[in-house]
Amino acid sequence: MKKTDTGNYQHFLKVVDCQQACPAHTPVPEYIRLIAEKRYTDAYLLNWESNVFPGILGRVCDRPCEPACRRGRVEETPVAICRLKRVAADNKEDISAFLPKAPRKKNGKRIALIGAGPASMTVARDLLPLGYDVVMFERDAKAGGMMRSQIPAFRLPEAVLDEELNYIINMGLECHFGEEISSLDKLLQANFDAIFVGTGAPNGRWLKIPGHDQLDEKSEYAQIDTGINWLAKVSFEHLQYDENTPAPKKVVVLGGGNTAMDCCRTAKRLGAEEVTVLVRSSFETMKASPWEKEDAAAEGITILPNYNPLEYKLEQGRLVAVLFEQVESVYDKVGNRTLQATGETLLVECDQVLVAVGQDTAFEWIERDIGISFNQWGRPKVNSHSLQSTLPTVFFGGDAAFGPKNIISAVANGHQVAISIDLFCQNADPIEDRSDTSFNLISQKMGIHEWSYQSGIDHQERNLVPHIAWDEAVKTLTTEVELGFDEQLALAEASRCLNCDVHTVFTESTCIECSACEDVCPMDCINFVEEESEDAQMVKQFRVSELNTEQSLLVSAPLKTGHIMVKDEDVCLHCGLCAERCPTGAWDMKKLLINNINATIK
Amino acid sequence: MSFIKSTFRHPRLPVNDLGLTYRDYEGALSTLCAGCGHDSLTAAIIQACHELSIEPHKVAKMSGIGCSSKAPNYFLNKAHGFNSVHGRMPSVTTGANLANQELLYLAMSGDGDSASIGFGQFAHVVRRQLNMVYMVANNGVYGLTKGQLAATADKGVRNKGGDLSLFNDIDLCVTALQLGASFVARSFSGDKQQLVPLIKAAISHKGFAFIDIISPCVTFNNHAGSTRSYDYVHDHVTTGAIADFVPVKTEITSSGDSAECEDVCLHDGSIMRIQKVDEGYDSTNASQAIMDIERHKQDGKILTGLFYLEPTASDYHEINDTNDTPLNQLDQDALCPGSRVLNGINESFR
Ligand SMILES: Cc1cc2nc3c(=O)[nH]c(=O)nc-3n(C[C@H](O)[C@H](O)[C@H](O)COP(=O)(O)OP(=O)(O)OC[C@H]3O[C@@H](n4cnc5c(N)ncnc54)[C@H](O)[C@@H]3O)c2cc1C
Ligand SMILES: Cc1ncc(C[n+]2csc(CCOP(=O)(O)OP(=O)(O)O)c2C)c(N)n1
Ligand code: SF4
Ligand code: SF4
Ligand code: SF4
Ligand SMILES: [Mg+2]
Repeated sequence: MKKTDTGNYQHFLKVVDCQQACPAHTPVPEYIRLIAEKRYTDAYLLNWESNVFPGILGRVCDRPCEPACRRGRVEETPVAICRLKRVAADNKEDISAFLPKAPRKKNGKRIALIGAGPASMTVARDLLPLGYDVVMFERDAKAGGMMRSQIPAFRLPEAVLDEELNYIINMGLECHFGEEISSLDKLLQANFDAIFVGTGAPNGRWLKIPGHDQLDEKSEYAQIDTGINWLAKVSFEHLQYDENTPAPKKVVVLGGGNTAMDCCRTAKRLGAEEVTVLVRSSFETMKASPWEKEDAAAEGITILPNYNPLEYKLEQGRLVAVLFEQVESVYDKVGNRTLQATGETLLVECDQVLVAVGQDTAFEWIERDIGISFNQWGRPKVNSHSLQSTLPTVFFGGDAAFGPKNIISAVANGHQVAISIDLFCQNADPIEDRSDTSFNLISQKMGIHEWSYQSGIDHQERNLVPHIAWDEAVKTLTTEVELGFDEQLALAEASRCLNCDVHTVFTESTCIECSACEDVCPMDCINFVEEESEDAQMVKQFRVSELNTEQSLLVSAPLKTGHIMVKDEDVCLHCGLCAERCPTGAWDMKKLLINNINATIK
Repeated sequence: MSFIKSTFRHPRLPVNDLGLTYRDYEGALSTLCAGCGHDSLTAAIIQACHELSIEPHKVAKMSGIGCSSKAPNYFLNKAHGFNSVHGRMPSVTTGANLANQELLYLAMSGDGDSASIGFGQFAHVVRRQLNMVYMVANNGVYGLTKGQLAATADKGVRNKGGDLSLFNDIDLCVTALQLGASFVARSFSGDKQQLVPLIKAAISHKGFAFIDIISPCVTFNNHAGSTRSYDYVHDHVTTGAIADFVPVKTEITSSGDSAECEDVCLHDGSIMRIQKVDEGYDSTNASQAIMDIERHKQDGKILTGLFYLEPTASDYHEINDTNDTPLNQLDQDALCPGSRVLNGINESFR
């Protein structure tokens, strides 16, 4: 087995699975420890540095960190990482004094941002303190992108959105609201040093089944609408239901993603009596996050999986029902799904259909002869590190670059682009000259049996977040459903974190091979094995040889007897017992400090 | 602070025939010095008992006084146990065994406990062939009382405090061989691959099984110049034969009849598969084993492995023709049959 390269941070960052899974590599365990110390402002600022929108993300983040969380490997549920982020945001003090300010003397470079979604706003936040003049063009009247226009206020209150966007706007961002860019060529003439395109994926997909063409999709109150159009109309209050135009009573939502969940819950709040979500996939494989499905179900929404829409049924020009066939998901050997009709059909009566089956980017405003190449999906070709397009002054990020994803991915792209633009404006190469970060590993030992962090770990189930009563929740559009953790719950939940950034670091030269660490480890992570030519043979010598191959091994150089120490990082609790038991200090518990986290986004 | 070991365990830990993981065989978290060989020994005992699917409540852990004698607190916390007076574990075990021969007696002693104050007790329990597993954690010092030289320390070595060992050492394996133990082995706490099969075989063996286990004292006898330090033992350890334990249920696929491989059937039907390393190795010859041990010592080597095995030896109960039913299961009438029977016995002596 090859000795692990510990001169590099990669191995260590990979062990911090939540941080690794977060597209922006937010230092999760570090902020959870700050919360455990009730240092909410510090926890907020640490988040803010990485993910820019802690209050927003603490509510609506897609949470790729949570399925990755190591707690989920030793107990059923991961740490409620996202909810803890909100705790920091809810309890922080006034932070304005701690935020970086744009220097009065500018560096003379002007950057244009198209769109004011999370991707663009992150680029602005990173570049303004460096002295750039940043000019933003947004066709809507306010900043936020889909966070404002599509994510409903009952999940994300407007005040939270305004607060965090204003931190950036107040740094001196030049905002042009209500200005749609209709020609990139024209903007290129305006002599910006670089342009960032963060226009999202604003086009909802339609389902062109029989009946579709007979309805006027253009009208404001169209009976068939795309989910994202309709949500925007609701949030901008373009839909004013009253006696003459009553709110739809029976609503069918097509699709199984998060947009579908927001549509059905919003429809319910507008007064619909029957809301049914019908999706082609099985319930388990629906794209919506599990918690969104749970919340929708709690609000009395019916979800019917395995139904494929066949036809919109109209009577006298009005939509009255949708016809479905029941299908079964059949998977072939390589896991490709095909839908097989069971022969059963279902007619669902309705007066409104919301189509939430996908979104696309929209680049009709980018001329095809200005040097920007597009790929087979009609998206710009960009370098995956620099996000630079084939036209060197133009950079893409967020949904505009990669299709519909989520806020935290847009933020991560924003950081990447800010680094690229900064290099580009200094005549450096955004790929070749990208520098990596330095890092430190700092011992956490305070004394015998004493560490700087809470090393004792035992069973404790995940704490549920309190919410307002479900029957109250469905009555208003803007009242936030979740209440967030109170301090007691927050501290309890924070104590579940395994401190995975406090690493077990091994020093070959001091190990006397007494096996004390191997014996005491509660999780059987540590192995002293004889070297063999085949790795698989060596794995057979492990205390537990059934490995989680997605996790890394920490492999030592040969020790005095020729044996090799191999630590399986998979289920380590970071409890520090190995280091406490080592008579020579060959193990130490060291905290990983990455000095420039944004540079690790690759 | 972690004075407690987490009760979380590896999600893919194997379970034995009783449905238990090895964690179910643990005891309290050790308070011995970090790196003490006795903790590895504890881990080896836990592993052996788990793999043999021993029911913890059918075990009695017996010990005297010393760091080594504290160790039973760190394994099988669901077993019975008795922590006796210094050096008196053999007699307490003898009593317990007489009262209940159905328990497995796992005894843990130190070289001070067995070769100094308890040497007489040790000698007699070997002679008596008590059915037990007698393990000595041999670190060459009295660890618990801060490192005085034990009687097992090699002549001429100095302890950490600088005291010189003036006298000949006692080799407990040699003593056991001389006094007729039917299972004698030596091992090293740092070599579980050798130690665990030996413990399993000792448990499966009926009769007196003795294992001397070199178990370094990191605090008082791990210095340069010590002959019980981790480094010294790693460098000087050798073996005459590799003994592997084949449990009862395993189907024997290859016969161990080749020139250097020999199968010995133990009392319970399990098998000790012995693979010779030294050509002259013979597990049935006690006096040759003594000579081998001495010869290696003269060469500056520490000989380990199974020294002697007599699988069909009689144990104390057989020799004494005791009652089949353990004493503790006999009822009042059987134990105290009344004055008429007593009179009869008395009459027989008149
Ligand atoms: C219903 C719904 C719910 C969602 N829920 C979540 C959630 O809970 N969690 C999560 O993480 N993500 C969620 N998302 C996804 C998330 O909102 C997006 O991935 C994210 O906002 C993308 O950010 P962005 O900066 O790339 O673009 P956007 O947020 O889409 O912003 C693009 C901005 O560009 C503007 N624009 C577009 N074209 C032009 C132009 N030509 N000129 C000027 N301005 C222009 C638009 O008006 C818009 O303001 C949801 C999406 C939808 C539709
Ligand atoms: C009757 C009596 N005499 C002396 C002692 C002091 N004493 C306690 S432990 C010990 C020696 C233990 O040595 P060993 O058995 O080798 O155990 P170790 O600590 O080395 O494992 C002595 C002499 C005692 N407890 N009782
Ligand atoms: S910190 Fe050390 S003892 Fe604790 S689980 Fe990890 S490897 Fe095992
Ligand atoms: S406890 Fe320390 S010295 Fe002993 S084997 Fe482990 S790392 Fe090596
Ligand atoms: S003093 Fe020696 S024998 Fe006792 S616990 Fe410490 S290392 Fe082990
Ligand atoms: Mg001793």
